Amino acid sequence: MSNNGKITLEIFRYHPETDTEPRFQSYEVPYDEDWVVLDAINWIKDHIDGTVTHRWSCRMGVCGSCGMMVNGEPKLTCAAFLKDYHPRAVKVEPLVNFPVERDLVVSMDGFMDKLDAVKPYIIRDDVNDTSEGEYLQSPAELARYKQFSMCINCMLCYAACPVVGHEEEFLGPAALALGHRYNKDSRDQGQSERMEVMLSDEAMWGCTFVGECSVVCPKHVDPAGAIQQAKAMGAQEYFKGFVMPRGAGG
Amino acid sequence: MNHGTTHQHDVIIIGGGGAGLRAAIAIAEENPSFSVACVSKVYPMRSHTVTAEGGAAAVIKDNDSLEDHIYDTISGADWLADQDAVEYFVNRAPPEMVQLEHWGCPWSRMPDGSVAVRPFGGMKIERTWFAADKTGFHMLHSLFQTTLKYGNIVRYDEHFASKLLLDDAGNCRGCAAIELRTGTVRAILGKSVIICTGGAGKAFPFTTNGAIKTGDGMAMAYRAGVALKDMEFIQYHPTGLPGTGILITEASRGEGGILVNKDGYRYLQDYDLGEALDVGDPRHPQKRAMELGPRDKLSQCFIKEKNAGRTIRTKDGDAVHLDLRHLGAAKIDKRIPFVRELARSYAGIDPVHQPIPVRPVVHYVMGGIDVDSNSATGIPGLYAAGECACVSINGANRLGSNSLTELLVFGAQAGTHAARFAMDRPDYDVSGLEAQAADEGERIRRDYFSMRTRSGSERIAVIRKELHDAMEDGAGIYRDAESLDAACNKIAELRERYAKITLDDQSNCFNTELTAALELASLLDVAQAMAHSAMERTESRGSHQRLDHPDRNDDDFLAHSLAFRAEDGGAPRIEYRPVTITRWPPGKRTYGADSGLKRPADAAAANDDTAASGETR
Repeated sequence: MSNNGKITLEIFRYHPETDTEPRFQSYEVPYDEDWVVLDAINWIKDHIDGTVTHRWSCRMGVCGSCGMMVNGEPKLTCAAFLKDYHPRAVKVEPLVNFPVERDLVVSMDGFMDKLDAVKPYIIRDDVNDTSEGEYLQSPAELARYKQFSMCINCMLCYAACPVVGHEEEFLGPAALALGHRYNKDSRDQGQSERMEVMLSDEAMWGCTFVGECSVVCPKHVDPAGAIQQAKAMGAQEYFKGFVMPRGAGG
Repeated sequence: MNHGTTHQHDVIIIGGGGAGLRAAIAIAEENPSFSVACVSKVYPMRSHTVTAEGGAAAVIKDNDSLEDHIYDTISGADWLADQDAVEYFVNRAPPEMVQLEHWGCPWSRMPDGSVAVRPFGGMKIERTWFAADKTGFHMLHSLFQTTLKYGNIVRYDEHFASKLLLDDAGNCRGCAAIELRTGTVRAILGKSVIICTGGAGKAFPFTTNGAIKTGDGMAMAYRAGVALKDMEFIQYHPTGLPGTGILITEASRGEGGILVNKDGYRYLQDYDLGEALDVGDPRHPQKRAMELGPRDKLSQCFIKEKNAGRTIRTKDGDAVHLDLRHLGAAKIDKRIPFVRELARSYAGIDPVHQPIPVRPVVHYVMGGIDVDSNSATGIPGLYAAGECACVSINGANRLGSNSLTELLVFGAQAGTHAARFAMDRPDYDVSGLEAQAADEGERIRRDYFSMRTRSGSERIAVIRKELHDAMEDGAGIYRDAESLDAACNKIAELRERYAKITLDDQSNCFNTELTAALELASLLDVAQAMAHSAMERTESRGSHQRLDHPDRNDDDFLAHSLAFRAEDGGAPRIEYRPVTITRWPPGKRTYGADSGLKRPADAAAANDDTAASGETR
């Protein structure tokens, strides 16, 4: 696979201080079958053009920094191998559905606000002192939310989601899955409080379960499944609201 | 650079990884009226804590004892740890870990719902809490998500702190930081400051560390006059993937994985690490023995095998095999699923069917910013915690699974002490500090954006590569005076050449070439402290192995090295401070048969595969 030794990257470029609109710039880099797209971008930055701007850190698929569109698909560039594209050129763009700050860097402001909105932390009335030891949680109870706790906040699901694309206020797959993760945690008592936020997101009901979010998720979190479960829980909660005053229910 | 408006808080935390977030919560909880700033060059959940895999140690089970955790840590440190600090650490570890459990960390569980523990290297008994093999990821996200509860924690995400600001009386009052989005340099001020910026593995070419681990906080403190302590002690983790350096967790050996050479032989038995029990023996894996020996010794054994011609040639250099096949797919998927995922993605190996090629890889800096047992530096109002700090509990070799616990225990402690310090401080002169931040902005403009630099001739990547080579060749697992001298000289040369660095990017918005240049400056400072400290320590201890001084020398070196930066950037001044010894007099470090498995029956039971982790995949 060491044929012809080069591969072309077409990189999305946009600098808000100098560009009125984005453009693409082509770079030819050495082809190494062990390289991921991120390696190639780093090679460009180090050796050809220091102005190419992107985020990255762990290069092992867990810090969530390096999500980009690779040939039109949302990918972690540290896990997208050049050998899967070679000898074709690789087109690299910033994640869609986010404002671009510069080149391959998108603004995360909205995403961070959405994470915050779902109250992603344990809410309890009765907090034990640490001297009383851990809260017991059986492996089965852990299994009920574990999958939804695996999200690395890479935002690929927002780039894949058709609802995010046209409903800016939609909390979106990762945030809803995170809210659901805490709702399903046996140590948590904050479901009502959290559901109030999640249910007020009208766009959640607009999620059509196309499941693109789950398809692109590099950590198999299945946000689409979480949203469907949350909707079911929400419907129960909603109807409970008619039967008894808020706060009395579960 | 633009000058920005000044922001004022009570306590400033630089760094948003595990230690920084734990400190922030400690302050926010104990002082609801305080405003806490968390300044990080990345979003907190990108911090390198996220990559830690195997687990976090704390005594929780009835068959364990605080005394044993203390002894394991001190002996693992080759007696270079301060024993009062280790006692504090071990005593505070269980409540801190339970606290994180209360905050939602999804610890793997036993069938009865209590937390599960697994064996780890150098530990006499299984005491390592784990969340499958993404422990650091879950700890970091649990901490980050918990910070969102507190309205008084103010985040400065993607702000690159470049300089500490001290008032006229010498108190630390904040930092100058570049807002990456705009390039604005602003003063972020408070009454005390905690540095929690992590390690500096990126001084080396082959490391488990992410791109962001560039020693920025260490360098900032060093430039402000604080010593860097014990910088000669660099941990090589014995099992990284050749080529990428991606970590294959020690938990894979805690679960029973074995290391073999090219002949399929468990070579560790030849190096005083005990007997190679059959993998089917219920006593396997034996604690404090063989594959569960400490990281320094296992990495040194690799070099000896390599020198004897018994390692395996791969296209990415020599390797040995980490064999997990006997664990079976079910156990691998339940207990160490990330190992399988990483090996498949990055080595094209499915560990269920094939052994994984591995080799030692730079993983952790034992040394760091000199702090006392209250996490305080010598500068009033300046604290440090986590990998960037050196208390020291890790001494000459850190035990696996102590560092995640360390960032909780000392993050919380630093938060408490920094808040207490801030409590009765008078207000400070803002304008003087603002002027310093403005000067820092000017310095950056002058050094990186002036015409001089545009006509310069050095590229970041070239200097970085030469630094990497110098450190690997000169200050690796085995060193001697000649190799270290070469490294010191090379670093001096690179420091001069750095002044001629050229940036392609002369713009303000999200200038990651500028931050790369600032990070390289940090690495040059930190690497210089490492190489010179290693040169001065003419003994071998833990991770610091001198071929020309092969023995431990307690008469002269039962002491922490302290590197003080020279004003002109030349060789640092090295001083020594005696190690605090309380109840554990220095002894011979033994692993294998002598170190003893305490209660084999308990160990075998706890290690039984019935300890379900609740993995669903």
